[in-house]
Amino acid sequence: MSGNIMAVLPEILLLILGILILVLDPFWKEDNRRINLGWLTTGGLVLIALISILVSRPVTPQTYFGGMVRYDWLGFSFKIFFILAAAVTALFMMDIEHLGQRAEAYILLIAATIGMSLMASASDLVMLYLAIETTSVPLYVLAGFLKDDDRSNEAGFKYLLFGALTSTVLLYGFSLLYGISGQTNLYGIAANFTSFSPLVLGVLFLVLVGLAFKVSLVPFHFWAPDVYEGSPTPVAGFLSTASKAAGFVVVLRFFIVVFPGIAANWELILAILATLTMTLGNFLALAQKNIKRMLAYSSIAHAGYAMIGVVAYSKLGVTSTAFYLIAYILTNLAAFGAVAAVGNATKSDDMKAYYGLQRRSPGLALIMLVAFLSLAGMPPFGGFVAKVFVFSAAIEKGWVWLAVVGIINSIVGVYYYLIVLKYVYLYRMEGEEEEMHPINLSRPYSMALTILSIGIILIGAFFGPWFAIANNAALNLF
Amino acid sequence: MQFPILSVIVFTPLIAALLLLFIKPERKTEIRVTALAAAVFALILSIWVYFSYDKVAGGYQFKEMYNWMPTLGIGYHVGVDGLSAPLVLLTGIVMVTGVLISWGIDDRPREFFSFLFILASGVFGVFVALDLFQLFFFYEIAVFPMFLLIAIWGWIKTREYAAMKLTLYLFIGSVVALVGALAMYWQSGIHTFDMLVLQQANFPVEFQRLWFPFVFLGFAVLGGIFPFHNWSPDGHVAAPTAVSMFHAGVLMKLGAFAALRVGIMLLPEGAKYWAPWIMGLALVNVVYGAFIAMVQTDLKYVIGFSSVSHMGLVMLGFSTLKPEGMLGAGVQMFSHGVMTALFFAAVGMVYDRAHTREISKLGGMSKPLPWVALAFIVGGLVSMGMPGLSGFVAEFPIFMGVWKVNPWVAIIASISIVITASYIMLVIRRTFFGEVPVELEGHISSVSPLDKVALILLSLIMISLGLFPSLMVPWVQSGVQNVLHLLGGA
Repeated sequence: MSGNIMAVLPEILLLILGILILVLDPFWKEDNRRINLGWLTTGGLVLIALISILVSRPVTPQTYFGGMVRYDWLGFSFKIFFILAAAVTALFMMDIEHLGQRAEAYILLIAATIGMSLMASASDLVMLYLAIETTSVPLYVLAGFLKDDDRSNEAGFKYLLFGALTSTVLLYGFSLLYGISGQTNLYGIAANFTSFSPLVLGVLFLVLVGLAFKVSLVPFHFWAPDVYEGSPTPVAGFLSTASKAAGFVVVLRFFIVVFPGIAANWELILAILATLTMTLGNFLALAQKNIKRMLAYSSIAHAGYAMIGVVAYSKLGVTSTAFYLIAYILTNLAAFGAVAAVGNATKSDDMKAYYGLQRRSPGLALIMLVAFLSLAGMPPFGGFVAKVFVFSAAIEKGWVWLAVVGIINSIVGVYYYLIVLKYVYLYRMEGEEEEMHPINLSRPYSMALTILSIGIILIGAFFGPWFAIANNAALNLF
Repeated sequence: MQFPILSVIVFTPLIAALLLLFIKPERKTEIRVTALAAAVFALILSIWVYFSYDKVAGGYQFKEMYNWMPTLGIGYHVGVDGLSAPLVLLTGIVMVTGVLISWGIDDRPREFFSFLFILASGVFGVFVALDLFQLFFFYEIAVFPMFLLIAIWGWIKTREYAAMKLTLYLFIGSVVALVGALAMYWQSGIHTFDMLVLQQANFPVEFQRLWFPFVFLGFAVLGGIFPFHNWSPDGHVAAPTAVSMFHAGVLMKLGAFAALRVGIMLLPEGAKYWAPWIMGLALVNVVYGAFIAMVQTDLKYVIGFSSVSHMGLVMLGFSTLKPEGMLGAGVQMFSHGVMTALFFAAVGMVYDRAHTREISKLGGMSKPLPWVALAFIVGGLVSMGMPGLSGFVAEFPIFMGVWKVNPWVAIIASISIVITASYIMLVIRRTFFGEVPVELEGHISSVSPLDKVALILLSLIMISLGLFPSLMVPWVQSGVQNVLHLLGGA
């Protein structure tokens, strides 16, 4: 097949899968709709990932469709991770009432995944903007999918308003970019930004606002806690992992390809944003009583850690950010998955719902242990090596203070993650016997959570191959 | 290819921990037997490593090296030298006795042994690590199970506070050291974490002086160095018996050992520059720890602060940078590990029966618990540094080394021996002799055979080491030679 098709093979297959679900859905009976939808989506997505890995691995980076998409390892490897994240999310969605048996939800998920895949490979302003919107619009709907739940409605609407606003700012930045350079191709624009001027800084700022919203950097993070809290939990998990990682890929591509000439300027700006993001995220997470809000603030903080690698602006820096994102996608999906499982059983996301969890479900408690210790950055889990790599990249380039800020923050992080584990392992349910209220994991959940936990340990203990993937992705940028 | 014995030692507890999780929680006896079997297996292997270590040849032996991530120069590289071989043995001993002492744990023993063994794997991993990254990797693995072990099975009054305090102190210390380690990695310019290579890196003197305090103190937090010792008595007291044994017996050695291995051995010029400061801090440890131990009313706090004081002696020995001091510190790490494990085991047995650790409420325990009393007295004599016991073998060279550097420090530090003797004798008299308080009359059941095995094993080790110092001194000497070589002397 020609390179043209190969470059967008995952997207084409995703589209086919979406249409297939749309066509098959009316023929299924109400009783087995949930099962069929969930497993078809997951199976289809995994199959797409496998086919893509087998058939359409990129060779040398090249642009296709008149410079619209760039077919390289950065885009490709993250596409695979987005597709797999969507597959896991589909499994988690199956047990959510009013969501699991609705075909629209799965189709929206696939549509958002198409958008993310294009975000990862877009190399043209027009394509990039369309990809971002293709990602965002389905996610607005998914966040507000539970029509009878006020908080879900609020989440969807809030996400929409913030998203629309920042998207406008981003578009304005794009139009200025076009105005200055006279073209829309990212790799072509770069030639016009070799020296610093106030106008360039303004453009940079406008673009940064739009992207910072996607990755929830402080001060553009306000939407995250409310949206995560209100959205159905699997959707929140998807938002905080795949959607954020997609934003990061764009950040990487944009800053390194378009603005390398003024790196010294944006490095400092991003370093300050990273500091604010980590600090605010972690300290606000300390005070949360709702676990989804806590994870929302923690995911803000993690965006800050990942940003450290971008600030370092070196091969190791970009590699470490990519590695961080890979580890983070798995870890946070597992954390949200566990929260969804508890939420399904207890109908609550309050911290109190986690008292005595270990006695109610030892397996689930173990998965929470793995996920939260990985978030806290403890070996042998993925979070540890990921953090070591970003800090290492920062120190290599002389950003010792930023590494120190990151380290102080991870200490704060350890505190609140351990508190949750304390509830899970130590505290008892109030006035109840835990043995009377066991939490049984359904098959989709136990499967997804087991795979994620194993993945977290694999990344943390045998990090060589994962690092090679991240390194491949990073090398394509330079 | 030779048998990868060190890797087997490191991963035995980890594999056992995973296996335990597959046993049904109700089958508590099976869980305990499996745990004991794994611990005994690890002990036998570590005894084998210890005695087949060739101390004449010295250096690192039983080396294994695999690539972990060659692009960044991270390897899995293990080996033991004369300093770490006794510590591996110590870990094996504490692991077995810890399992024996914890036989009676009834609340979720499966998780208890599982976490304890993950901890043990981390400890073994640090002692044999020859790669800096690997050292941190296992160091963190050794730290985090502590939180759950103390928080879940600890003393109900302070466990949550103590567990969090301990974890944060140790985590902060380790990440501070990590920054120093990363700085070394980039400074060296040879892109490797292999410590044997980094030893030859010849870092600039200024660089060494800048980073030494961070690396050394970062690890020394776990060694209980003043003024960062605060977590340790609280942690000891709150922890369940086996965890206290592990914690004071092995984990604190981990800090001292890593401070030596990474701090002094990789940054020798920094060590020379900062040695007087370290000596000052260690002196405070020794004397202040002993004084605080004397005024405690809780039996476990007495032992907790005595650990701070004794670990100060280890640091004092390191700070001399002299053969005698280093030798003493090396032996002291082992001797104190066994002694403190014995102390905590004995205290735990008393507490389990009397349900109090207030010294004023105890008395006459030697009648119902003769074995415990005897073991405690042996431990007490070791901690006073009585000749004929392991404590003497350790402390005497330390004081000799300190005297060579600064006689005044030696004189002040030796005050601690007097204070130690006074509080230990006081505790022994009040707890084990005199009249049994009326409330406790008839409530004290005798200890189980398993407990006796543990007590006898620990006591015998200290006595035999005291009578035959050649069972350990040559090992440590060969290790010390290596350190001194890096320091440029001898």
